[in-house]
Amino acid sequence: MMNVKPILQLIVKCTRDAGLHTCAPLQQIQKLTRLRVIDNSELGKSAMLEGRPPKCIHIYSKIRFGYTGDKVLVAIKGQKKKAILTGCHQNQKPLMPKFDSNNIVLIDDNGSPLGTRILFPIPTMLRHKLVEMSRPKGADYTKILAIATRFV
Amino acid sequence: MMAGLARMRILSLTRQLASLGLGGRRHTGSSAVPAKVLPYRKTRGDDDDVNMQQIPDDFRVVFPEFLPDPKPEWRNRLREKLERQDMLARRAVMAIPEFYVGSIMGVTVADPNASGKINRFVGICIQRGGTGLRAWFILRNVIDHQGIEILYEMYSPLINNIEVLRLEKRLDDELLYLRDALPEYSTFPLDMDPELIQEGAPVPVNHLKVQLKPRPWHERWERKNLQGLLDLGLPERFYKRAKLHEKPWEKFDLMKEYRATIPEEEQADIFREISPHYEQLEASRRRAKRRRTKIIRS
Repeated sequence: MMNVKPILQLIVKCTRDAGLHTCAPLQQIQKLTRLRVIDNSELGKSAMLEGRPPKCIHIYSKIRFGYTGDKVLVAIKGQKKKAILTGCHQNQKPLMPKFDSNNIVLIDDNGSPLGTRILFPIPTMLRHKLVEMSRPKGADYTKILAIATRFV
Repeated sequence: MMAGLARMRILSLTRQLASLGLGGRRHTGSSAVPAKVLPYRKTRGDDDDVNMQQIPDDFRVVFPEFLPDPKPEWRNRLREKLERQDMLARRAVMAIPEFYVGSIMGVTVADPNASGKINRFVGICIQRGGTGLRAWFILRNVIDHQGIEILYEMYSPLINNIEVLRLEKRLDDELLYLRDALPEYSTFPLDMDPELIQEGAPVPVNHLKVQLKPRPWHERWERKNLQGLLDLGLPERFYKRAKLHEKPWEKFDLMKEYRATIPEEEQADIFREISPHYEQLEASRRRAKRRRTKIIRS
């Protein structure tokens, strides 16, 4: 029977001496994060069903991490698609809902959603954030609010 | 019994340290962490024997945010006094009911982005914390097969109403394991009716044992000594490693308990400060209960 304690102590000592810092998982959304598609688009449904959820490959913001309402580029079934983050698993500020999974809604370049309905709840703050993101002569990201069924 | 004896010792410890004149002076020992001890200051001149019986039994439990954080670096008596005044002023406007971790609550907030400018969320309280005006709690619910948690700051002016729909306690102080439990343990209807209990009755304890989903989990629940879980069904090596990480001496650590509690004299001082408003706080709690006409608790 192996005695685990001296091995654990050795690992802790090596980490400390090497100056490494470990922290609790922050569950942030960054490149290569696997996301969950919550709309009823064919692409999203088939990707989730076959067990290969989309991976985030780029976040359209100056920060390396994605937060609720950010536009991201995902790799899904060999294609590149844009998506909006509608729910994050990361701990949120007060009054902001925290979801059990990192949810996205697939969109095209004009902001039109690929699916026809979003069957899961989305936060009310998206009403404000997506209007802010949209440009009068550019993409209109508020179209996904029209297909949402429940706000939280 | 242990806690009572420990509290008595905390009482005499502060007085002894005050008499030694250790207040405020840095301890120049060889240890890296200076042992800073706040001096005991009498707020009332005459009565030497502070009457502990004046504090109602439920004060520490029902209004835990009135007691400040025991960490000495964060203590500031003037700020705490001003905070308590603000807390009482807020409670005069909006009644904050008695609740515990495991109670099901409904919170209405002012939300400019929601329809009708208000937003209501119902959920089970899985954790509460913070002191003073920063006191918070987290509600969890599963809506449309999606687990959602929201953190509410109790004294935020954005909150319109906090309602306790089912007042009960659970076997654990924190229910964070509900994140790894089967969804039915966190699902509550959004249009739930409030369930009343008899006034003066003790808070019921729900002895529900929760079943977790298969691993991976968010935390090593086998190491947390949780009472509200069904048998985890883990291999023996998990429990052996959990035993290595156990700290059975912690419950005998008197200084640890001292650092984690506010001394009895200070608690009595705080209660004395808010006692003119205590009847108002109790009355608003009872008023919220009496407003409903039926008692339907079985």
